[in-house]
Amino acid sequence: MRLLLTAAAATLLAACASQPTKSTSTATTPSAKSYSFVADPYPSTYQRIPSPPVVITNATVLDGTGRRLDGAGVLMQDGKIIAVGNDVAVPTDAIRVDGTGKWITPGIIDIHSHLGVYASPGVSANSDGNEATAPVTAQVWAEHSIWPQDPGFLTALAGGITSLQILPGSANLIGGRGVTLKNVPSTTYQAMKFPGAPWGLKMACGENPKRVYGQKGGPSTRMGNVAGYRAAFAEAADYMKKRKGGDTGKRDLKEDSLAGAINGDIRVHIHCYRADEMATMIDLAKEFGFRISAFHHGVEAYKVADRLAAEGICGALWADWWGFKMESFDGIQEDIVMVDRAKNGCAIVHSDSEEGIQRLNQEAAKAMANGRRIGIDIPPEHAIRWITANPAKAMGIDGMTGTLEPGKMADVVLWNGNPFSSYAQAEQVYIDGARLYDRHDPKRQPKSDFMLGQDLLRNDAKQGGAR
Amino acid sequence: MNRFVITIILLALAGSASAQDVLIRNATVHTATAQGTLQNADVLVRRGRIAAVGHGLNAAGAQVVDAAGKPLTPALFAGINDIGVEEVSGESSTVDSGESLGTSKDMAVRPEFDVTSAYNPESVLIPVARVEGYGWTMVAANPANGGSLIGGQGGAFRFDGSLDPIGGRVLFLTLGGDSANLTGGSRAGQWMILDQLIDEARGRIPADSKFALLTPAGRAAMAKYFGGGGRVVVTIQRASDIRRLLRWAKQRNVRIALAGASEGWKVANEIASAKVPVFVDALVDLPADFDQIGATMENAAKLRAAGVDVGFYLSSDASHYARKLRQLAGNAVANGMRWDDALAGLTRVPAQAFGLDKEMGSIAVGKRADLVLWSGDPLDVANTASQLWLDGRAIPMVSRQTELRDRYLHREESVLPPAYSR
Repeated sequence: MRLLLTAAAATLLAACASQPTKSTSTATTPSAKSYSFVADPYPSTYQRIPSPPVVITNATVLDGTGRRLDGAGVLMQDGKIIAVGNDVAVPTDAIRVDGTGKWITPGIIDIHSHLGVYASPGVSANSDGNEATAPVTAQVWAEHSIWPQDPGFLTALAGGITSLQILPGSANLIGGRGVTLKNVPSTTYQAMKFPGAPWGLKMACGENPKRVYGQKGGPSTRMGNVAGYRAAFAEAADYMKKRKGGDTGKRDLKEDSLAGAINGDIRVHIHCYRADEMATMIDLAKEFGFRISAFHHGVEAYKVADRLAAEGICGALWADWWGFKMESFDGIQEDIVMVDRAKNGCAIVHSDSEEGIQRLNQEAAKAMANGRRIGIDIPPEHAIRWITANPAKAMGIDGMTGTLEPGKMADVVLWNGNPFSSYAQAEQVYIDGARLYDRHDPKRQPKSDFMLGQDLLRNDAKQGGAR
Repeated sequence: MNRFVITIILLALAGSASAQDVLIRNATVHTATAQGTLQNADVLVRRGRIAAVGHGLNAAGAQVVDAAGKPLTPALFAGINDIGVEEVSGESSTVDSGESLGTSKDMAVRPEFDVTSAYNPESVLIPVARVEGYGWTMVAANPANGGSLIGGQGGAFRFDGSLDPIGGRVLFLTLGGDSANLTGGSRAGQWMILDQLIDEARGRIPADSKFALLTPAGRAAMAKYFGGGGRVVVTIQRASDIRRLLRWAKQRNVRIALAGASEGWKVANEIASAKVPVFVDALVDLPADFDQIGATMENAAKLRAAGVDVGFYLSSDASHYARKLRQLAGNAVANGMRWDDALAGLTRVPAQAFGLDKEMGSIAVGKRADLVLWSGDPLDVANTASQLWLDGRAIPMVSRQTELRDRYLHREESVLPPAYSR
């Protein structure tokens, strides 16, 4: 509910800000009273794609709230989930899909992606994910780097991804704002921008910032890292105080982002591997009065699973990554299940990878299998939350998507069977009730502009032409 | 817990000399041979070798394991990687996988570089791979800046504590956009340099020529591989590059295998008729670069359908994530490959490609008893390895990671900090 209000408020503020003021010609300089740290001059232009009602029947439904319904159906209409259950009414104009033998889940959500900012092909011109020019760049917004033609969005769609958060990279202590997208093929990022989703603030612990800046003026140590966060937030606190006191001085884009994080309007997402560093960041958050939404990567989250749960912080984790650098050396395959089993634990399976995002269901399956090996049996109706409801919660969009509950966005995946398998494939993917991917219908398999015209000689050859 | 301790002690005492006699009963035996899959079958192991495969086998004195119908496969191939020659990828002091004796602009061509002499059988990566059912790997020498397009030589290692590789050495070569910067900026320079190396190896360029790139040892190494004497694994992606390579290898009598081949499906028939095995990363379906515009999830299936022998390998982070290989195989099946062919890509095909198929890679009489029992279909990530045997010895299903797991899984059982738990 709070989300919807926030969304409404943000829209209002954006509208206010677009009124020209007397004092200046720039539309975004607000008056003292209406000053918002999170006004959006680059608003979402997302429009759902129209579709007749769709009803999928006789499937196994994992609704994302923890329920499993066998022989059940889902009705989508006007972009929303209308009904889920064993006896779903079928409107006369509805498209009917036989779900026999198939499974239905909410659309998959990846809380950690660099699609569009580190796009394929990975040429230097497409390297837009790290503003590695200063250790604190809270003023940059990942959305301004997104190339919507990244073919990776579409392979992710074929893997069931309906929403995703695009974050800046982890070179910087504070890398900038992340943005949440609906995974619809589009020519502009604004048309993908998830309406009403809060921004994320990307921060990074440990090796990356000190490696990147060690020879560029620092920080060069972990203690330097922490001093860097503290200095940034101390300045932001000062800035907030001045603004609240009516200061109408020069707007500072960096401080706006940090102030938005302190206010709770921007969700804080921290790249952090080691257990001890997570504990330090929890203290940092308390020192400056912000909330941490999730620790990302957290290969040692299992060592402090109870602490994370008690603090209400999610662990956005990989199923099996480890060893690529020192701070990932203690990664284990039970990280997710051990974070999950803590009382009120919030485990999320994330990708940070254009390959992994295509198969978050399989990443979750690996965690389940490793749990089973140590006697922790996690049913599918629970595990699905790691890639739907839990990321939605940490991203602040759980009021709108992440579960199949009436009134929510009709973001739905129809799988060819149990999704927790190497053999699982998304057959149909719906975003706001529109079928935007269909494995059996080439007309519903979008292709990036970049991929056009790449195979013409081959087609000629097939027709007996050029060789 | 006690059982593990005892097993470890036995192993420590026994070393690799004392292979066990084991009878694995009532398994779904995936032989990775023409025999295919045998239901409710038994596998008898004598002195570390497979002595019989069949039904209702008896064996006095052998330890009996009831497989309860679960799948039994050959120990899996862990791919082409740096297991044993790197510990933490980001820490160069722990990485021995490539040499770069030149400066970043000067090429130092050292085909005599043999990475197998860096191999550490006590690497923590080895038990991590073993507990997931992997029994052997191909350790590669990687091209590096200041090195050349020829990474050097590697070899196959079994995960049984051996210090030395099994079988012959393999030469590693990288072609295409990936290594154009190692040959002056153009991939055309790669063919120029390769032909020069052949000329040097055959004495057509005097050793004291100012253009000579090879040391005497390097000339000897090149002569061996460029006379058809050993397998050359070529990392290559683009279809047109692959076509040129096939032609070049035929003309120069070089026995190649391809690694990568993201666009291999486009030239599958040519690869098949050249009888060149291919190692694919079956999850590569994006144009990561301009050499891989045609990457597709169907690559493995299409290559196999054309008659190519297809093995699997991971194209990145291949050492720490070796356990991911069976997910590749499973996804290849989901995208059209036959299940038996996918299993072969993790067992028989790599063994054949590296000349080890008389020893391993399938379940057949006379082969080493390198076996894995699974909780279910091994190509499905929903299942895990239950037990690995190497030469018939049951390997403890313990790794640094399982120890970390157990320490923190049970930490509430003690008032002492985790550091006091085993």
